Amino acid sequence: MKSIIRIFALVVRYFYLIKTSFPRILELMYWPTFQMILWGLISKHLTNSNDTAVLIGGVLIAGVLLWDVLFRSQLGFSLSFLEEIWSRNLGQLFVSPLRPLEMVLSLMTISFIRTIIAIIPAALLAIPLYSFSLFQMGFSLMLFFSSLLITGWILGIFIIAAIIRFGVSAESLAWGAIFTLAPLSAVYYPVETLPEWIRWLSLSFPQTYVFEGMRDILFNNNFNLNYFLKSVALNGVYAFIAIIVFLVSFEGARKRGGLINTGE
Amino acid sequence: MSENIIEVRNLSKKFKNHHAVKNISFDLKRGEIKGILGANGAGKTTTITMLLGLLTPTSGSIKILSTDISKDRYKILNKINFSSPYVDLPKKLTVRQNLFVYGMLYGIKNINKKIKSVAKELDFENLLDSKVGELSSGQKTRVSLGKAVINDPEILFLDEPTASLDPDTADRVRTFFEKFCKKHNTAIILASHNMEEVTRLCDTVIMMKDGRITDQGSPNSLLKKYGKKKLEDVFLKIARDKSNS
Repeated sequence: MKSIIRIFALVVRYFYLIKTSFPRILELMYWPTFQMILWGLISKHLTNSNDTAVLIGGVLIAGVLLWDVLFRSQLGFSLSFLEEIWSRNLGQLFVSPLRPLEMVLSLMTISFIRTIIAIIPAALLAIPLYSFSLFQMGFSLMLFFSSLLITGWILGIFIIAAIIRFGVSAESLAWGAIFTLAPLSAVYYPVETLPEWIRWLSLSFPQTYVFEGMRDILFNNNFNLNYFLKSVALNGVYAFIAIIVFLVSFEGARKRGGLINTGE
Repeated sequence: MSENIIEVRNLSKKFKNHHAVKNISFDLKRGEIKGILGANGAGKTTTITMLLGLLTPTSGSIKILSTDISKDRYKILNKINFSSPYVDLPKKLTVRQNLFVYGMLYGIKNINKKIKSVAKELDFENLLDSKVGELSSGQKTRVSLGKAVINDPEILFLDEPTASLDPDTADRVRTFFEKFCKKHNTAIILASHNMEEVTRLCDTVIMMKDGRITDQGSPNSLLKKYGKKKLEDVFLKIARDKSNS
């Protein structure tokens, strides 16, 4: 119970940040909506009345929105942690009874809240603008959404472990690292489009199965349980590794004095 | 003042090529205020950071409230607290929001009442709804001290607590700590360069130089031992004495 209160305390701390700043809320919603409008227009331009082409347009918008779930989830996680670095608050937090894993859980919670704030307006706006509803994917959307959210958190854990290890010089990873994965994640095209020699790498990422599964639903109206289970299993493996890396990095910071010295 | 609530034995910390703390040992009793004095780089902050568990010692042991903190530091973290110029509170949150969050982290019941009482005692009631980033350094220090006492700690670690305060506010803060310690029987470890502050507040003093304890005792016993009238003169004698290097 005490642990839940501490997790909630940190969620409240991050929520205060969002609540008190309208530009922050606007910024959260702005990029996903902007991306959706842009990609919607591109796909509209590329399509004609041909049903398959319209479907391809929908797949592109779904790809944009689901990629943004992954990106926002990772960014929400990493940026909330960076707030502690920027405000030189890590030392205060880790002298309190807060455990490192409680901090991770609170970062996950606030990342979920930030992702919802970011994605829902864009997804809703796509319905009147392009007659495409992401929600037509139904329950399977929730499953894929959850899987991407977790993948984003895992990336976030790796990134904050790097920040704890290397200091603020590693903060740019929060914005850029995920884009190195984009070409290999099969967001807008199937894995078969990639050169054969690198497909194994793409298939080792949990998000690849989500995007493949998304296309299967939209093209064939088929929820491929196998894809979903593979993404869950890979998330499990990477989550385990990420937690270990984070704890090792945290203990390393305690040896070097990084918890009190890391800041702007 | 009998029970040892901190026991430090043969504590050392080495960073790559620099030996910051060398084999120090001391105790702290319940209700005692112990000053750590030393020039910059003497090892005061490193020692406090190790006591807080933010820094792992290279060797030696620390027992706080009978708990070996290398094994179970979380057991005692809600019974200690600290204030240091090396950390801040989040600047974009108001004072009230910050104290509310820390109140929750420390498991305080009736947090709003506690915030009001702490703010009244440290004279920052009028700042509760101001953002921390908008405060002067003196106001920030008082708020940081408010956070440090929000859980009525059994042990308080203070690193330069009055460094950025004007003489009037610094005096009020010292009076606050005198009353606070009497009321809660709180022990304090105080790192300071302010000799008047140390003489006024501390029951015992540790003198550190180059990571070692060069001497320790009550302020009066040190004055007597070195034949000086002011603790500052004792400090200068130890700091400049080459035989201590």
